[in-house]
Amino acid sequence: MQLIHEGRRMAAAPLPRVSFRLGRAAGAALALFAVALFTTFSGPAFAMKIQTIKSPGGIEAWLVEEHSVPMMAMRFAFEGGSSQDPVGKEGLSNFLTAMLDEGAGDLTSREFQERMEDISMRMSYEEAKDAFYGNFETLTANRAEAAKLLKLALNKPRFDPDAVERIRKQLLAVLVYAARDPDKVALEKWYAAAFKGHPYARPANGTEATLVKIAREDLEGYRKRNFAKDTLKVVAVGDINATQLGVLLDEVFGDLPAKADLTPVAKTTPVTGGQQEVIEMNVPQSVAVFGLGAMPRKDPDFLPAFVLNQILGGGGFASKLMEEVREKRGLAYSVYTYVYPYQHTSIFSGGVATRNEAMGQSLDVIRDELKKMADKGPSQEDLDNAKNYLIGSYPLRFDTNAKIATQLLGLMMDGFGPDYVANRNAMIAAITLDDEKRVAKRLLDTKNLIVTIVGKPTLEHAKKG
Amino acid sequence: MHNLGRRRLPTLAMAVMMLAFAQQIVPAHAEPRASEFTLSNGMQVVVIPDHRAPVVTHMVWYKVGAADEPKATSGIAHFLEHLMFKSTDKIAVGEFSKIISRLGGQDNAFTGQDVTSYHQRIAKERLGTVMDMEADRMQHLRLTKDEVATERQVILEERRSRIDNNPTALLDEQMNAALYLSHPYGIPVIGWEHEMAKLSREDAMRFYKRYYAPNNAILVVAGDVTPEEVKKLAEETYGKVPPNPEVDGRKRPQEPKHIAARRLELKDPRAGNASFHRYYLTPSYTTAKPGEAEALDLLMKIVADGATSRLYKKLVVDDKIAATSGGDYSGWGLDSGAISIYAVATNGTSLDKVEADVDAVLDEIRTKGVTAAELERAKKTFLADFIYESDNQASLARRYGWSVAVGRSLSDIEGWPKAISKVTPEQVKQAAATYLDERRSVTGWLLPENANGRGERVEQPVAHSRS
Repeated sequence: MQLIHEGRRMAAAPLPRVSFRLGRAAGAALALFAVALFTTFSGPAFAMKIQTIKSPGGIEAWLVEEHSVPMMAMRFAFEGGSSQDPVGKEGLSNFLTAMLDEGAGDLTSREFQERMEDISMRMSYEEAKDAFYGNFETLTANRAEAAKLLKLALNKPRFDPDAVERIRKQLLAVLVYAARDPDKVALEKWYAAAFKGHPYARPANGTEATLVKIAREDLEGYRKRNFAKDTLKVVAVGDINATQLGVLLDEVFGDLPAKADLTPVAKTTPVTGGQQEVIEMNVPQSVAVFGLGAMPRKDPDFLPAFVLNQILGGGGFASKLMEEVREKRGLAYSVYTYVYPYQHTSIFSGGVATRNEAMGQSLDVIRDELKKMADKGPSQEDLDNAKNYLIGSYPLRFDTNAKIATQLLGLMMDGFGPDYVANRNAMIAAITLDDEKRVAKRLLDTKNLIVTIVGKPTLEHAKKG
Repeated sequence: MHNLGRRRLPTLAMAVMMLAFAQQIVPAHAEPRASEFTLSNGMQVVVIPDHRAPVVTHMVWYKVGAADEPKATSGIAHFLEHLMFKSTDKIAVGEFSKIISRLGGQDNAFTGQDVTSYHQRIAKERLGTVMDMEADRMQHLRLTKDEVATERQVILEERRSRIDNNPTALLDEQMNAALYLSHPYGIPVIGWEHEMAKLSREDAMRFYKRYYAPNNAILVVAGDVTPEEVKKLAEETYGKVPPNPEVDGRKRPQEPKHIAARRLELKDPRAGNASFHRYYLTPSYTTAKPGEAEALDLLMKIVADGATSRLYKKLVVDDKIAATSGGDYSGWGLDSGAISIYAVATNGTSLDKVEADVDAVLDEIRTKGVTAAELERAKKTFLADFIYESDNQASLARRYGWSVAVGRSLSDIEGWPKAISKVTPEQVKQAAATYLDERRSVTGWLLPENANGRGERVEQPVAHSRS
């Protein structure tokens, strides 16, 4: 169900309101990007067996069996995502994510949703720039029935006019909120600036003008073009064996077309030369998003860049930027960076939120730290600490069925095999200080930094790239 | 990592058993999942074994929160939580999190009205080290004036991020202040800005010395450990911290009888669509009569949770005057609980209409109660959520820690599915009639208007490009 963004809801959390030490923005960024990046691991303490299976109907999947609990989690993805939204119909794939539990086959919206509750089945969808993701969880006892509902949702969604209009109103309300949320505006405008002219620049949630134009034919059209067997990736974890999974895969995905009909998306890189944009908004605290191009996921320098990011701004309280911006100067509650490989580009990006009058100083500090890192690289101690964290914390990403499925799907999406899992920590361990220095120079060319600020910032001190 | 099939998983197996029973609405026989013991200095310990991965979640919960703050020092509980990451006699400034990180762990902390919690997730071999560090900062915190001044800027930034940049959060703050006539739950956890700006090193140290002691704390360890291992490590670390005899029970001002509904309206150009909000004061799991808090949980699931709820059906699906709606019962408080309800108007719909619809839904529930089918579905969903959540040891540790910190026993926690399954339609109706009473309520309207009251469409933000 598409609801108003959680940050806008009051008291909807299952626990009382609390204040956390680490910012929601940083936390969310870390959680989000961990999904796609930490897709590897090794270590003698682990004995996770990843099976690659093929169903009788020819659908491939990865499987980790875990029979101690009678439930399973399945994560799947179709290539494409919001990059496949037609021009003028931006927001289409996001619209579709909210329509797949709104009735299918003979079941109306309400019947479908009540049925899901009756069998305690969980199903949700989300779109990213490169893929359309599905999440499915069921208890073993209800697996067959849950699979039937999932199949209906993917193959025969109804898109009843009433449901389409209801979701359209929700999406429009979400847009109104998002337009007033400095974090969201900053992020959207950053992508618009960095990837001008490329599908990545377009707003994944659409605009009012595009949302009002989206019709049921568009939803059905997207589904038909994108939900296909050749671009499908599936991971299942839990109480199911290879034979049973084969049956489930054929049941759920077997009737989908063999081939997707995707619009080609060109390789791209963020614009170079540096730019800074201020979007005025009357808020007491400004939000800045900054970033530049990075190495593709399969570039040998990607993993060193990933470790470098850990040192610089990806390591929470242990990172340089947190130390300089927050701990030493009290300029911000949250400051963070990440490296993120998309299918058609790769970025190093980050963010900071600070009172309007301190934005100039905060950005100066951040630029200085990036420059220092580019010039000198990290110290051996910084490198050792980051490697220790990345290697030692690896098991924390695999301690629930749902997390395992998400981790493995990320690995699949990046084009790696399950064997990569066993080699990951060794690859991190092998990274040298020379690697880091080389990659810091290659990555952190601050004159290419694209900065988007939302608020009423004071920027006298802000130097430009 | 996954010790596949090698070891059983009593925690989850138990949870799933309970679901199986619950689906027939037959009370489950509650087997213990967690075990507990108390150290000689009074520190409570709860251990929740989960042997799937060689990791542990370690949490220390202090039975103190924002509602225990001295007058005019709002935010000090949360500020101290930040300052706990500075230095001790053994650990240099800012090193705490860095050491955890070097050991491959993750750490953080949070503060609520009734609790303050510090937690780490880490490989099980490191548990002793983490316990040693946490026990150290329970008694040897060091703070300088400069560190305090810098960190004060950080919490003020945090306030701007969470509250001041967000009109809904501002309204929430105002509504809470109106909901509680006497109880400190009306003061925000993060603090009022003018009081936060004056918080001092002395305020922090006084709060620390008074409340941070083993006899006011609960240790929760979930993960690949046995109670025996935890006991040995706990005695070697926390066991050596002397208790503080000054720690006394929490005596907060309590609410008088509520006799009048309260209303407020916040106009903010950043508000987005107009939205309707309503809070009701209720008991919590700690203060309610047996079965009453469970009935409130089920009531709010039926009234407000998700697309199958009464509110959503009426406002969003049938009458099409709201874009979305929601709400819940929050029963985790030591002294009281609260119901909250919201609905976001569709563009151009007046909140009068939305409020009338919400009241129609609530009136119907008050007078006619809920159907047996609705109640059964709500129970099933709740119990399934409970089980799915049990897949996550960090969530489990949090559920146990919070509950014990507000005075619930392990058998209360583990008997919850059974208590839920026993609730009758009459109890739900009774809860609705008693607590959905306007005299116990605060109604809030959030309007995207300027102070002059004219409905005014907000311009899209203006962009200025520089270079």
